[in-house]
Amino acid sequence: MNELKPSDFERAPSRQALHRISRPSLSYWQDAWLRLRRNRQAIFSLGIVMALVFFTLAGPWLWRQDPSTQLLEEASLGPTLGRKAVVVEELDSWSPEFADARATAWDRVQDLRVIGEPTTEGITLQWGPVEGAEGYAIYRTDRKPRGLNRLGLPLAEVKKPGQLSFRDRMNVEPRSYTYTVLPIFKGLEAEVYGRVKVAPRIALKLAAAQRLKAGARVGDTIVLPAHPFGTDSLGRDLLSRIIAGARISLSIGLLAPLLYMLLGVLIGGFAGYSGGRIDLAIVRGIDLVVALPFLLFMILFRIAFGVGPGESGVHAMVVAMVALSWPSSARLVRGQVMQLREAEYVQAARLLGARTGYLLLRHLIPNTMGVILVYLTFAIPSTIFTEAFLSFIGMGVVPPTPSWGSLCNDGIQSFLSHPHEFIFPAIFISVTVLAFNLLGDGLRDALDPKQRGSS
Amino acid sequence: MRRPVHAILGTVLLASVVLIQGGCTKRETRDILYIAMGAEPPELNSTKATDTESGMVLGHVMEGLTRINAAGMQVPGVAESWKLTDQGAVFTLRPDARWSDGRPVTANDFVFAWRTAVDPKTASEYAFILFPIKNAEAIVQGRLPPTQLGVAARDDRTLAVTFEKPCGYFLALTSFQTYFPIREDFYTAQQGRYGSDKENLLYNGPFKLTQWIHGAALRFEKNEQYWDQARVKLKRIEVPYITADDSARFNLFKDRKIDLLGLSKNSLDDAVREGFRLKKFAEGSVWFLEYNFISGRLTRNKNLRKAIQLSFDAEEFANKVVGIPGTVPGISLIPGWMQGKSAPFRSEYPVTAVGRDIEKARAYMAAFMKEEGLGKAPSLVWLTGESPLAAREAEYFQNLLKTVLGIELKIDKQIFKQRLAKMMAGEFDIVSAGWGPDYADPMTFADLFASWNENNRGKWKNASYDALIRKAQATTKAAVRMDSMAAAERILLDEQPILPTYERSVIYTHSDRVSGIIRRSVGADPDLSEASARE
Amino acid sequence: MIRYLLKQVTSGLITVYFIATATFFAMHAVPGDPLMGGKATTPEIRANLQRKYGLDRPVLEQYTTFLSNMARGDFGISFTQHNRSVNDIIREHFPISAVLGLLAIAVAATGGVMLGSITAIFRNRLPDRAIMVLVIFGVSVPSFVVAALMQLGITELNRLTGLSILPVGGWGEAGHLVLPALALGLSTLAFLTRLMRSSMLEVTGADYIRTARAKGVSPTGIFFGHQLRNAVLPVITVLGPAIAAITTGGFVVEQVFAIPGLGRYFVQAVHQLDYTVIMGLTVFYGAYLVFMVILVDIAYGLIDPRIRVGKAGGSR
Repeated sequence: MNELKPSDFERAPSRQALHRISRPSLSYWQDAWLRLRRNRQAIFSLGIVMALVFFTLAGPWLWRQDPSTQLLEEASLGPTLGRKAVVVEELDSWSPEFADARATAWDRVQDLRVIGEPTTEGITLQWGPVEGAEGYAIYRTDRKPRGLNRLGLPLAEVKKPGQLSFRDRMNVEPRSYTYTVLPIFKGLEAEVYGRVKVAPRIALKLAAAQRLKAGARVGDTIVLPAHPFGTDSLGRDLLSRIIAGARISLSIGLLAPLLYMLLGVLIGGFAGYSGGRIDLAIVRGIDLVVALPFLLFMILFRIAFGVGPGESGVHAMVVAMVALSWPSSARLVRGQVMQLREAEYVQAARLLGARTGYLLLRHLIPNTMGVILVYLTFAIPSTIFTEAFLSFIGMGVVPPTPSWGSLCNDGIQSFLSHPHEFIFPAIFISVTVLAFNLLGDGLRDALDPKQRGSS
Repeated sequence: MRRPVHAILGTVLLASVVLIQGGCTKRETRDILYIAMGAEPPELNSTKATDTESGMVLGHVMEGLTRINAAGMQVPGVAESWKLTDQGAVFTLRPDARWSDGRPVTANDFVFAWRTAVDPKTASEYAFILFPIKNAEAIVQGRLPPTQLGVAARDDRTLAVTFEKPCGYFLALTSFQTYFPIREDFYTAQQGRYGSDKENLLYNGPFKLTQWIHGAALRFEKNEQYWDQARVKLKRIEVPYITADDSARFNLFKDRKIDLLGLSKNSLDDAVREGFRLKKFAEGSVWFLEYNFISGRLTRNKNLRKAIQLSFDAEEFANKVVGIPGTVPGISLIPGWMQGKSAPFRSEYPVTAVGRDIEKARAYMAAFMKEEGLGKAPSLVWLTGESPLAAREAEYFQNLLKTVLGIELKIDKQIFKQRLAKMMAGEFDIVSAGWGPDYADPMTFADLFASWNENNRGKWKNASYDALIRKAQATTKAAVRMDSMAAAERILLDEQPILPTYERSVIYTHSDRVSGIIRRSVGADPDLSEASARE
Repeated sequence: MIRYLLKQVTSGLITVYFIATATFFAMHAVPGDPLMGGKATTPEIRANLQRKYGLDRPVLEQYTTFLSNMARGDFGISFTQHNRSVNDIIREHFPISAVLGLLAIAVAATGGVMLGSITAIFRNRLPDRAIMVLVIFGVSVPSFVVAALMQLGITELNRLTGLSILPVGGWGEAGHLVLPALALGLSTLAFLTRLMRSSMLEVTGADYIRTARAKGVSPTGIFFGHQLRNAVLPVITVLGPAIAAITTGGFVVEQVFAIPGLGRYFVQAVHQLDYTVIMGLTVFYGAYLVFMVILVDIAYGLIDPRIRVGKAGGSR
């Protein structure tokens, strides 16, 4: 031990001077914001979120196609920037005999040919008679026909005596088709056949054309609206439907998870902190709610809210989702809080006389923020799809209002033949999920008190 | 049940499974047909079965007095001959018809089955199909005991049926599943479990069930006791997959695991691309919009219904919205494939199609609004189901009626039971519905809109229509029956309590090694009893 | 411990009773007649059906009948699968769903913990980013799409190779498990990966890790001895209910791969308003869930001795 000197007994310099504050004092949230701003990834994702919000709010003004206007002539179209279509007359309703008088010149089915101009509004075929045939079978394919068994779609059998023509109007698209016509003897198709290759022009009926452009006349060429994302199976513009769907999907997809997470965090935090009987009761309450059949209770909520037939049940849906979905987040937070409540700093705070509410809000819940944020970012896509499922069975948004989830649901059915109907809405959901995951990461880093000043 | 796969092995297997699978044994194919079913049959007790899956299975393992052949004609089954009069029928059973345990099928087996079906204790949903038989309705209502049913076994091979009133389509009923025979001693020995498993069923059809793993698989094997052995070429029919998922079945077919595949609208393009050999047939059902006639509903107004009819283009709908080749645009209640006196009903009694006429439609609409004193076009509730096509149809009409007539359609989509409840309670203005035939006679459609029919959901009531149906139901004379039904149909099409939309068509494909698959509009479909399969 | 368990089990039983009661009355409050089919029947036939299924009795009487049957473990006969008892349905189809579900959970849990640890170690570097993309795909593409795409891929692969590398669907062999388990486990795997990453990062900053490092414990030792053990807790929390959910409800995946599991009965029952099946499956599921949750609570105590599940925090 050193010897004591008189100087050791002199008054120490003032405390202020000794503990010079090296940084300005920041509150928890100020500090979090500072660190969030420094996180490039978080700022980038915040940018995406802003862009999504902008897309939702300003979209309808920037892209002025109506999301519910149908044009069956343009159903399931891939992305286009405005096709040209010729205006044609309204074809008379299914009267197959219209051109048969002219058929006399031909006497073989091999003389199959196209009458008039083939357009997407209809392709008229005519062929010569075959002695003794009781009818003719007509096939269409957009591939190379193989043999006599691979002729494509069996469009029709004409069995009317003397009928030697057929008009195909079954979803005709502007691609190259090969038609095969076979005579039928005693219920069996013969091996002689007529074959013709057709490339129909894009056409639009006069009535439809006049709706697009006043004063359009037969024979005019008009430019159809552009569809950068293509159209759906009823010929509605997909981009405008995605814009319209964003409102529903983003608002429900964010609002419902935020609300039920809030509820779950509070209940779960309380249960985990309290322990004992209270904890047991709440845990069993959680089990109770989780075990209830979701669909059955959704129907009940809809009835309880008095949602009328054909009315949008968005409010009932959000309330029901909150009422039925909070338990899993509560369970997660409870587990975390149970672990944390034994931590030294919590015990210290408790010894210093901190009250339950303060402890929960100041120490326990902020420390579970990482887990909460992960949960929240995952709740967004699952809510979007839950909404789609509920709308599909008539318990959510009513048609024609679209949502991203329901666009995906519709699109997946024709994924192989028209992939764009699924891919575009799916991209929007993915981007949203990505943005919120990155943002969640950034927030987690920023809100984690342990990493203060370390990033 | 197959041997359960132990969970513990899971992770290890995961790695090694790829290797094992490569050398898997080749499966047997000769005279064997593989198919997938959409659901498992919920009920193989023929007195109680109601659904299509059960109907399909029962159609292969049982046989009634008559059956429907490949051409759709009623031909002898267990009965080798019959005599029909206005008062009843007498069937003579063939001596060589046998149950799968080798004992003969007797007239008593029919008597027992039919009595069981109408017994209130059985609570069969399809009991009504026996109502042409004397006292059947009274027995169902509990007013008479089942022994009073108008059917008797004169001897083992003679079955005598007494009618409640003359019934012109009774023969068409005898191939229906509720009319199948059941042997009493076997039935009672099952103690209420008749038809619940393969051992609890006695077979008299071309096949018998030899395996039934619930939810997973069924196996049919040729029934050696069946009287018409020449008809059956297959050794087995295997159903190793049960799934309602269209794309799953598509992939199973592509992977050559099944031999028969029905195609949805969305898989047609792929099927053409894959070069499948495609065929089509009329599925049998007719689809229509049904208007509500309960007081207070605007749809009671004929001008409104006419306006909607004239806005609608059935051909556009069939081609662009339904989009399945072979779909017949809806023009009448009785479908195009239905036989009349000797030719298709529709060719004997042609109906003129009413096409779209927007100007006329708007004139009717204006008249309607004036009559009802409406300032603006009303909004109507459209009740529908949850299938993708139902959704597309609803949105098509929503857009159509909005643009042409200004009507706001509120689409009320409901899942199955809730939709039925709302239909029953009349909580709709328009409901989209369909009807599949029970037997091959126009009556299965025509009596649908008689005021007493429970399936007349819109509660439309028309005295002349009712009278014509009664007239057709009270005679066996084909000409009178068909004339009356045609006249009734004309009233229906003029009054428009329904707007026919389309007649369903099915596109299907089968593998090249099989032939002889029968598809039909009435009865068990698909019918594989006469199919054959190469290696 | 025994007292603790006893308390848990009693409270669990009470919960199951409440689940049953709530579901019973909700079911009867929902409009629709379970006995009504697509084709309407005459009032007499309907009355006969109602009598047969006991639906002509007052609801309260049906409720007491149901409770006494349930106490004996008898859930009755299905309304739509005539002749099949609900007990049979559970007995035959639950093991299938359970095998599939457990495998899916095993894949998800091991994969999640592994990938999550990797992402935390390589935080914000390439492996982290790459796994993130996979995770985003896993959650934003619903499982039925994943299942359908997998099936499509295998079909093409089988055709290209001319072999039967993996079956497209069906049940009974080990090969039938691979694709469905992956499809079923993918979204849980994605979730667990992110959860693990987050809680791993949280733990990394903790004092005891710093202490361990200062003591000179090797990084491997720290990872296995401290980080993993502490970070895995939230994963365990989620696991209990996830096992319960996945082993009973892989409806979509079961449909796509034609697997005769319990999932389809769950979904069908509500659509068909099949009273007995709804009740039986809900009660079974509830009991199963409670059991899993109790297991998880016990596992907590084993993994982290600081947690004493039975004790109240305020009383210390």
